[in-house]
Amino acid sequence: MSTLAFDAALSSSRAAARAQRAVRVRRYLATAGTVVLSAVLVVWTLLPIYNMVLVSLEPEGDVFTDHIWPRVISFASFWGVLSQGHWYLEHFWRQFANSVYMGAMVTFFTLLIGSLTSFSIARMRVRHGWLVSNAALLTYVIPASFLAIPFYRIMQNYGMANNLWSVIAALVAFATPYAIFVFQEYGRSIPIEVDESARIDGASPAQIYRSIYLPLMAPALVAVGTYAMLLAWNEYLYQFLLLSSKSNMTVPVALAQFLNSDQSPWNYMMATAIIYALPPVVIYYAFRRRMTAGLTMGGVKG
Amino acid sequence: MANGVSVLEIHRPATRRHTLARYLRGNLKGGEYTWAVAFLVPYVAVFLTFVVYPIVYGVWMGSEGKLYQELFSDPIYQSSVVNTVLYLALGVNVKMFLALLLSGFFMRRGWWMKVLLLIFILPWAVPQISTFISIHWMLNGEWGFLNNVLYKLFRIEGAYWLNDRWMALGSVIVSHIWKWTPFWTLILLAGRMAIPLEINDTAKVDGATGIRGFVHITFPLLANLYLICTLLSTIFLLGDFNTVYFVSGGGPANSTHVLGTLGIRNAFDLGQPRLGVAAVMSALPLVIPLVIVLMRKLRTAEVQL
Repeated sequence: MSTLAFDAALSSSRAAARAQRAVRVRRYLATAGTVVLSAVLVVWTLLPIYNMVLVSLEPEGDVFTDHIWPRVISFASFWGVLSQGHWYLEHFWRQFANSVYMGAMVTFFTLLIGSLTSFSIARMRVRHGWLVSNAALLTYVIPASFLAIPFYRIMQNYGMANNLWSVIAALVAFATPYAIFVFQEYGRSIPIEVDESARIDGASPAQIYRSIYLPLMAPALVAVGTYAMLLAWNEYLYQFLLLSSKSNMTVPVALAQFLNSDQSPWNYMMATAIIYALPPVVIYYAFRRRMTAGLTMGGVKG
Repeated sequence: MANGVSVLEIHRPATRRHTLARYLRGNLKGGEYTWAVAFLVPYVAVFLTFVVYPIVYGVWMGSEGKLYQELFSDPIYQSSVVNTVLYLALGVNVKMFLALLLSGFFMRRGWWMKVLLLIFILPWAVPQISTFISIHWMLNGEWGFLNNVLYKLFRIEGAYWLNDRWMALGSVIVSHIWKWTPFWTLILLAGRMAIPLEINDTAKVDGATGIRGFVHITFPLLANLYLICTLLSTIFLLGDFNTVYFVSGGGPANSTHVLGTLGIRNAFDLGQPRLGVAAVMSALPLVIPLVIVLMRKLRTAEVQL
């Protein structure tokens, strides 16, 4: 009797040890898998970016080589870009300013027009407002590149080609639908009674918009503003089609111009690409949580 | 959708005379109605001038039947259609599937995962032009970094990646996956985070762990989000211009164009804008159903902020 119980206890402790070992092995395997997958992901992610940095650090005329580590680190090409030292780059700061100006204007008008529209539709509940928000949603899902050709023709007819404002108009038209969409959804978390009581106190719609709606919508404004700015900064096609003179160009158009030559100065090109990438990278990392939160549509509740 | 409901809600019984003005005004007072309309005017103006007008103009430009005869008999157009279909089928699905798996991977805890995620989203943060130009040069057959690495580390003679139609198209698709997987991973990760912890805990108690938990618990909860993401990504990819334009440039010999780049090429390189519009318009049979389904899905969806 007692030996039986002893046997049973022994075998169960053995089983427990075996189970423990299995758990440990599985944990080791999981850790190993994580390490391997992490390494693969890091290499995969960084490869084109490493290439960009590597080429930009090449000294002049040393681009056509086969080394995979930087032998001599030279910041000459960065300095060349910043001092406008190459004939491709003679208007770099002007073009950079154009990009900044365009981004700022697109952000401002997207926020202004988007917030006015969603205030009218969602807060004042203007009749048939849903028609406007549906039309906006339609714009959001139509690819912008499909409208580029007629848009270019129209701007040409109006004499607006080679004008930054034609690009700003196009980008505002494509960014505002997303703004209206996000503002309307976010606005639902603000009780309508807030507006109602202000209205009873005699506030005009303009006052409610300015001193109640906009302050309460601040997080959504930040998210959409970031979205609009990055959209403008990253956009290429409309800027390429509509801006033709060197002094009106933005950075991405100037960057792509390098590709036209047979002997592209790749080190300058990559240095320009890195400098051009710095502002959005900083913004992405600073506003990362806001950005993805704003972009999460659907969700499990949907 | 609250707007539709609210319109019904505020529709009061018709005690007074029903003039059109009164109907339009709803529950707003006269002055308020003027404000509400004034607030709508900027967007409606932008929408009509910069969206509706180009659409109408484009439809008018591409309305000749003869154009399509010319287009369909163009071998470059035919190969572009094949490319577009392959690009959509592989680009969207491989990317979304990877994003689904990786979003599960990034649910793991620990500082290492946080650091890895920060590195992982870099392709999304760096502007498209910068990265695609870099990839273009990286894939250069003679001086490209990729072939240098292959030779230095593994003694493999790399290929001329961009000189062959299928390898060039493959490069474009892989570039797209490289660039956009992080973004969709973050979206799906946010979707997974939104699943209440109790659901997962209950599932674990009931023995639904690992693959079974994923198939029976996680995926059904994510399915709607996954579908919306796939549809949105299809539309975005269909309108994509930059990836093809910068990675392969449509080459070699115009064999890797997609409809988006072919339209621009026809319009601006060949100087035939109508033919360019026709190339883009020929995607409408695919775009319209996608847009309808998406509109419905997005109407019912919620934004989390």
